[in-house]
Amino acid sequence: MLDVAIAYRRYQFLGNEFLTWLWFMIETDQNLLRQYDPDLLSLNIGSRLVLENTRNNGKETVTIKGDEANLEEGLVALKKGAVVTEMHLSYKAVGQDWLFSLKGESLNISNLKLPETGPLETSEDLEGVVIEKVYLLEKVIGLVNNLFSHFIKLRVSDTWHSQTLSHIRKWSVS
Amino acid sequence: MGLLSSRISVTRYKVEGWLDGPVHETVYQSLKQRSIPNIEDDGSEAIVGWTSFETPYAPDFEGYSFVFGTHMIFALRVDKKSIPPKLIRKHYTIEAAKRLADTGRSYLSANEKKTIKENVVLNLSRRIPATPNVFDLVWNYEEASVWFFSNLKSANEALETLFIKSFGLHLIRLFPYTTADLIAGLSDGERDLLEKLEQRQSEG
Repeated sequence: MLDVAIAYRRYQFLGNEFLTWLWFMIETDQNLLRQYDPDLLSLNIGSRLVLENTRNNGKETVTIKGDEANLEEGLVALKKGAVVTEMHLSYKAVGQDWLFSLKGESLNISNLKLPETGPLETSEDLEGVVIEKVYLLEKVIGLVNNLFSHFIKLRVSDTWHSQTLSHIRKWSVS
Repeated sequence: MGLLSSRISVTRYKVEGWLDGPVHETVYQSLKQRSIPNIEDDGSEAIVGWTSFETPYAPDFEGYSFVFGTHMIFALRVDKKSIPPKLIRKHYTIEAAKRLADTGRSYLSANEKKTIKENVVLNLSRRIPATPNVFDLVWNYEEASVWFFSNLKSANEALETLFIKSFGLHLIRLFPYTTADLIAGLSDGERDLLEKLEQRQSEG
């Protein structure tokens, strides 16, 4: 394996491409997303989307904020060659909602709000609440891992260049 | 920053290697050995050690209290002293004036100034209490995975260092490349293509 610090810098573009692909999938193929989590009802962009365009030796950042934000500006940035570098996501399964942010370069999860767990009133409640929280965390981390694994297999396949890229371009101008 | 917070930040790790001996007993001994010391008048700027999830200000790992179902949960504690620069300046000025009066000179050499400043910082460090920062972690031994509840660079670096010192196991941070290499289940052929992705990118 490559040196970790070198690998982090050299391949951070993959995380940004992953988030860009994920936005495309969210908008066009929720059914495929369900293959990676049978309990998934929906996955949607939440209250923040950050795009970055580093073409032509410049750096342009577009940040879209707000619960009902219009993502049109993001699509315009995509058309100009930007990629998504950070996104806030809303993940819903039966009776449960997760909110979290995902950063492209690190794949770090932040600002994660888990679904409600049982009350923590006495020390005897602790073990049950902790095990429930760990289960809820496993769900969201498992979803991210499964989606990224699917993306990376697609990214190294011929399909990425022969089909996926043109589908993403068509969607961004539609 | 922890598992029970209303908003959580998570950095994911893969654990490289396995422990020698029974897992819970080995982890218990290592946690005890590297648990955060209860020293308030230590002159060092920061102290790093393990603490317990349930009682972070009184580390206690007895009865394998860090075991929750199939996971081990404990915390990294970083006790850091931060001395306000204005306080250092005040005490430095007083000490420098005293030295000038004692020696009857009108100036101090660069070395003398440096020594005075170091002594001032050391004395203040002994008197100022450290601020504790607690970061929980969840270790799934069977899956060789650790979730660390902070994205702060300094906290992650402290974790990586203490983890290998304590357990003799490397933590590999999971970012795009390492997730692809270690988690995604790529075949050897796909892994070769992954390496070439970078080459194409840099060529392009």
